[in-house]
Parts: sequence; C-alpha cells; structure tokens
Amino acid sequence: MKNNYILFGVFFILIGCGSPETPVDSAVESKILHYGNGTEPQGLDPHIVTGVPEHHLLLALCEGLTSSNPKGGESLPGAASSWKISENGKIYTFYLQESGKWSNGDPITAGDFVWSWQRILTPTLGSQYPDMLYYVVGAEEYHTDPNFEVLSKKRSRLDELQTKKIDELTKNELEELEVLAVEVEVIEIELSKAFDNVGIKAIDDLTFEVTLKEPTPFFLGLLSHYSTWPVHKETVLKHGSMDDRNGQWTRPGNFVCNGPFNLKSWELNKKIVVEKNSLYWDSDMVELNEIHFYPISVEMTEERMFRAGQLHVTSTFPSSKCTPDIKETNPNIQIHPYMGTYFYRFNTKNEVLSDVRVRKALAYSIDREKIVESVTKCGQIPAYSFTPPGSNGFFPDTKIPYDVELAKELLKEAGYESGTDFPKLEILFNTSEGHRKVALAVQQMWQQNLGINVELVNQDWKVYLSREMIGDFQVSRAGWIGDYEDPNTFLDTLRPNRGNNKTGWENPEFDRLVALANATLDQDERYEILMQAERLLIDEMPIAPIYTYVRVYQLHEDVKGWYPNILSHHHPKYIRIERD
Amino acid sequence: MLGIFFRRVLLAIPVLIAVASITFFLVRLAPGGPFDADKAVSEQVLKNLNEAYNLNAPLSEQYFDYMSGIVVGDFGPSFRFPGRSVTELIMTGLPVTFELAIYSMLIALLIGILSGVVAALKRNTFLDYIPMSIAMIGICVPTFLLGPLLVLIFGINLELLPVSGWGQLPGDKILPSLTLGFAYAAYIARLSRGGMLEILNQDFIRTARAKGLSESMVVTKHAMQGGLLPVVSFLGPAIAGLLSGSFVIETIFQIPGLGRFYVEAAFNRDYTMILGTTIFFSFMIVIFNLLSDLAALWLNPRSRDT
Repeated sequence: MKNNYILFGVFFILIGCGSPETPVDSAVESKILHYGNGTEPQGLDPHIVTGVPEHHLLLALCEGLTSSNPKGGESLPGAASSWKISENGKIYTFYLQESGKWSNGDPITAGDFVWSWQRILTPTLGSQYPDMLYYVVGAEEYHTDPNFEVLSKKRSRLDELQTKKIDELTKNELEELEVLAVEVEVIEIELSKAFDNVGIKAIDDLTFEVTLKEPTPFFLGLLSHYSTWPVHKETVLKHGSMDDRNGQWTRPGNFVCNGPFNLKSWELNKKIVVEKNSLYWDSDMVELNEIHFYPISVEMTEERMFRAGQLHVTSTFPSSKCTPDIKETNPNIQIHPYMGTYFYRFNTKNEVLSDVRVRKALAYSIDREKIVESVTKCGQIPAYSFTPPGSNGFFPDTKIPYDVELAKELLKEAGYESGTDFPKLEILFNTSEGHRKVALAVQQMWQQNLGINVELVNQDWKVYLSREMIGDFQVSRAGWIGDYEDPNTFLDTLRPNRGNNKTGWENPEFDRLVALANATLDQDERYEILMQAERLLIDEMPIAPIYTYVRVYQLHEDVKGWYPNILSHHHPKYIRIERD
Repeated sequence: MLGIFFRRVLLAIPVLIAVASITFFLVRLAPGGPFDADKAVSEQVLKNLNEAYNLNAPLSEQYFDYMSGIVVGDFGPSFRFPGRSVTELIMTGLPVTFELAIYSMLIALLIGILSGVVAALKRNTFLDYIPMSIAMIGICVPTFLLGPLLVLIFGINLELLPVSGWGQLPGDKILPSLTLGFAYAAYIARLSRGGMLEILNQDFIRTARAKGLSESMVVTKHAMQGGLLPVVSFLGPAIAGLLSGSFVIETIFQIPGLGRFYVEAAFNRDYTMILGTTIFFSFMIVIFNLLSDLAALWLNPRSRDT
C-alpha cells in the first residue's frame, strides 16, 4: 500500500519516462502464462462445477482416465496409460499409469476412480453432470435410488437431535435418536450394496473396469469431461463428507489432485495461480512454470489488457470490433470453428408453430449467409444442420434452402394466404447486443419475405431461461456447445424427455435412431444412423439452425503448442512460451 | 449529541430489518432460480440442489431461518460459489472496495476543495470559470467513459500505467482511483464554491478582515470551517456511494471489490449473496450518513449545543 502512495506522488513524474516491462515480456524468462479466463469460477470441485472457465482451470489441475488431444480427435492417455475395449464394446478396462501420483505424493489407484464415480452418482452431492455416467450399467438406478431421499431426511433429523444436549432431550426423543442412528446405518449399508450393482470395478490397484449398458462408441471422448475426473478421497473426507458441496478441500493449501499443475493461490475476482506439479506422471512434457488465470468478464477490459501486454491469451474478442478483414489487420486474432450451434428454437406446442410447414417456412426465409456476413461478422459459418460439421468426422449432409417462394408456398399450404393473416410472432432472447442484432435481422427477413409481424422480447438471462423451461415462448434464441467430441452431444438433447429439448417436439423415430446409434459399434454404420436422425430433425424443423459458432480470441505470438480444435480444449501441458 | 447518536442507531434497526425482509421476498418473486442454467438440470438434480440449500422448505420457514441467522451474523452459504459463505465473500471484497473508496475520496477532496475555494475567492475570473467548467464536465461525463479514456491515454498510448488490476502491477491503483475521484471532485468543487461564497459574504468574515488578519488566515481559519459544511454533509452519502456504487470502476479495471459481487449476485440469483450484500450496504449507508451528520453538527457552532 505504501508503494502506491509513493506511486501516486510520482505519477506525473512518470510522464516522459520509458515504458515498463509488461508481464508478457517478462514471461519469456519466467515461463508464466497469463490467461484471460472469462468469469470467476464457481469452484474447483470437478464433480460440482459447470462451465468453460472452470474447465480451463481443471485441465491444468486434474486429469481423467483419458486426456483430450491438443489437436482434436482421438483421446490420449491420461491417468490411464492404456485401455482395452471388449469385443462387444461394452467392457472398458483401463490400466492406470504406474507412476501416477496425486499432488501430495499418494499413488493413484483404481479405487480412487471407483470412489470418485460413486461420489458423482451420489444424488445428495447435487452434481449437475451425473448423466455423463448414465451409460454405465446400474449408474442411473443408483443415482435415482429412493433410499437416498429417505437417508437424507433421517440424517437431518438425526443431526437436529444430536445438536441438542443430552439432558435437554425428552424420553421420546432419546428413543427416536437411537432408532434413527440404527436406521441410518442400515440404509447406508443398503446403498453401499446397491453400488455393487453399478458396472464400476477396481480389479486391482492399477486396473479399473467399466461395464456399459450399450457399446456407446463415444465413451472415451466423454471421459475428457471433467465431471468424470477423480478426486482424492482422503482430502475430500478430511474437509467434509463425500456429498458435502461446501467442503473446503478445494482451497489453496488443501487442494490435492492429479493434473500437471498444482493450485498455488486463489484470490477471488482477481486471479488464480497454478504452478507446475513435479509429481505429475508426464511432468517432463510440462514447460510452463505457472499459469495465472484472470477472471475478466468484460471483453473490452480483456482486450485492453491484451493490448497492454498483460495477457497472453484472451477468452473472447469484442464482436463490435470484428470486421471482414480482421485477420489481416490483427495478426493476434484467432478464429476457429467451435463445436457449437446458434439456433432458433420453435415451441411446437404453440398452436401456430405446431405445424411443420410454418416452422419450415420460417426457417427457409432466413438468409444465413447474410447474417454471418453482415451481422455477426466474426467468421461464423452458416449452419444447415444441428450438429456442427466436423464433429469427430461427422459431416451432416442436410440442407436448409434460403427460398422465399417455397417459404410463401408452405405458409399458404398451412392456411396463411398472406403474412397479414398470420398471428403476431414473438422472438425471445436474453439481453445481449449480439443476440439483439441477429434477432433484428431475422425479424426483418420474416417481415420482408413473409409479411409476418414479429416482435422482439429481450429478458434477463434467468428470466429467459425460466420462460424457456416452462414453454412460455414462441420462438427463442438458443445455443448449444458440445460437451464432448461426438454428434451424440447434440442429437441426444432433442430426444423426448430431455431437459434441454424445450421445443416440446417428441419424435419416436428420432429417439429410436439416436438410441440405435448409441448401441452400434461400427462407426460408419453409426454415423449413417445419426445422419438419418439429423435429416429427420431438419425435416421436422423443431429448431432452425442459424450459424456454427467460431471461437474468436487473441493469442500472443510467444505462445507455442496451442492448436485450434473444435472443442477449444487447450491442454496446458503442451503449451510453451518462446520468443522468435 | 450522544442522544442523537443513540436515537439514530435505534432507528437504524427497524430500517435494516425492513430492508432485509423486503429484499428477501423481492428476490424470491423474481423469475428464474439460482440453479437455472443453459444446460438444464434434471428434476432429480434440481430437487437435490434445492434440498442442499433448504429451498424446498416453506418460504416462511426459510425467512425465519434466514433472519435468525443474520442476528448472529450468519449470512448463509453462497449459491454461486459452493464452499464459500456470504460473509467470507463480503470480507474478501470489502477491503479492496474500501481502499479504492479512500484513495478516490482523498483525490476528490484535494482537487475538489482546492478548486472550489480558489473559484470562490477569485469569483467571476478565469480561475473561477475554468475549474467550474471542468467540474461541470466531471459531473456530466460518466465513469464508464472517463475510465476507458484514461486507460487509452495512459495505459495504451503512453504505456505509463497498467490498464487493469489491483495490487498486481506497480501503479495499477492509480487510474481507477483517479477515475472515481474525478467524478466526486466535481461535486465537491461545486459544493465548496457555493459554501465558501455564502460564508465570505458574512459579517464575521468582514470583521476578521477588519481586524487586519491576513487573507490566508481569514480563509483557512474562519471561512473554510463554515464554507465546507455542505461538503461534510455530502461526505457521508458519498462514501456510502463509493462503497456500494463502484461496480462500474471495478468492472472496467478488473478490481476484485464488493460491487462486482453485488451485481453478479443479482444476475446469478444468488439469493443469500444478494441479501447479504444489500443488508451490508444498507448498514454502511446508515452508518456513514450518521457519521457525516455528527461531523456537520460538530462543525456547526449554532447546532452544537442543541
């Protein structure tokens, strides 16, 4: 603080002096990567958190059985050095790294994975990604076991009674306490037995076996998602129970995990520092000494920090600064396809939109080329399918024509001779300048092409989500980013009874096709089935894809070993800092 | 004065209870919940999450649980940051916000009083017109424009100061403090000019001059004490405003203060965090208003004995 007083004093003297060395300059020697990481992470417990900033941090701190390939595609060895898949594709045997260690020096065992996966499937933890493991035999049944609810109620009553002093308890309460203690123990034993039915087994210390319900060919890719990563049992239990959401084990000093970096410090809303973990099995590969993650939620601030040499990489780039020749004018700009689709969701339960001809007419009268060229302008790609092209080699062949005459024809067939007899349509979107611009363009296209009266409604994020969830909308803006590199992460969301469907569209044939694809081992055959599902989806049009997302951000030229990939996973163990 | 103090403190209690109660029910009325996310959570998971934070209980029970918690200083756990309590989050952000407020206030007072007093003494000259015009601009130019403008000049073009951060790079506290300080300096300059002009026309100043006191003695010893009363009254709300309203500056300059927690909590429907920060800010506003009233009373000889 004292330094600052002096600095205030010499502020004006500073004018005219040379510019100081920036963090990016000094990183050439110190090997510290300065990383713009979006928002402040919720936490660092891989079984609790959700979100992209959290993922960036966890990539540095923990590691799953497999690790994502820095160039995209096939998964690479992680905590498991190799794996074997049974002929029927249902049994996965993972052989763990012999030199695998937790950051406190404990060896990583198959038992750690069993315990960790049991933890995600324990409903009282409230993990938001238990469905990642629903492909495992018995996992869904265990997660939805009604005994957990009974246990939770009995436990809280037991806790209530135990907090009272013994002489304050009535006779009845004392009896209740004794009975409850026994009952809780019995249920815990029953649940532990129930977990034996889940297809997760430690064959020995270094062999971990998983049995799946169906072959699930994307299972390995799914393991690159942090929700399936292990946590250190002793550390978690030292700072809370297995299902304690508020356990303190993720604090600096307490934190133990198995990634290439260790947690060094965590200053809320300021920065998180991770340092190289010399106990990591592949530590020779790691060249960075530290990574400093900055939670910067305002893209303009982040952009200024990058220009001032305070960041090596930004999480985003202000869309208002995007121009068609941005790549020529800004050599640091990176624009890469991203596994995400921007689309408009139709509420098929709505009287007007329940007619597929209306949905098609609306989708056919959107000029996607024009939207990406004149509105978004950051290199986005017009989307003609829900699954982005190139998702693990899957290229959908669906087409959505921009054909105004056809659209008018369809609308006429649906009983609307002209746009004026079409009821007013509402586009719902969450408050954001980018979404507003796209909505304005679509509004204009629908009004000009079909003569439809369109109203734009923007809502705060949470209000927008809740309106979508209860189906209180006609057309709503939406986006979906894949969790793992496989078309299933997209198509699965539109199956009936999926929380993310939100369109009210339920198609048994589509459901059958996606389920069949999950049970098909041969990749070509499987993609053919998924292609049929995609065609069916575009033919039914419960959603109108608009564009495929691109990741637009700035990367300093000193950063090496950073490869574009569709999931935008940049594993820090491959990143180097070198000045040419 | 002691009586006034106790009366005001007693009055503050129902005010804080009302603020807490109204906020509690208002945040629950807002559509959307803390666990709504782009990737919808299943009903089972939502039920478990609500259970974990006691949101399944009847609203009245939750209300009484919460109110009995705050009596003993427990604001509950944050929904957005599992494993962190609201008290911890407030205590993390407060020192930073407080430090920023102090620096800004010092800058504001220094610039504001100096230019205000000079303007009053040199009334209707360039030394009056120029600072007052700048003050007018200072009031009109919002911090979200001034901040990036200063960053552009001193951070990007001249490369003299860091463009963001707080205590991370040498000199990174200068630009945010100046930005926030300028806005308040403008108000203080106008208030002190007005106050001084009024006092300088008073009889006791004429008497002081007639006694042959030097102009500097007249101004510093006699005129400023009364002339700066409006500034003192303004200080309470201003500091409270600085503490609760520096969200924009904190966002522009990437400062880990309380303002960011407050606004983000509202967007995230982090019920306990919204409540905790609202109650805390209300408490701050009450306290600083009280302090500035007491200071004004102490400075004003006419009301000192009442």
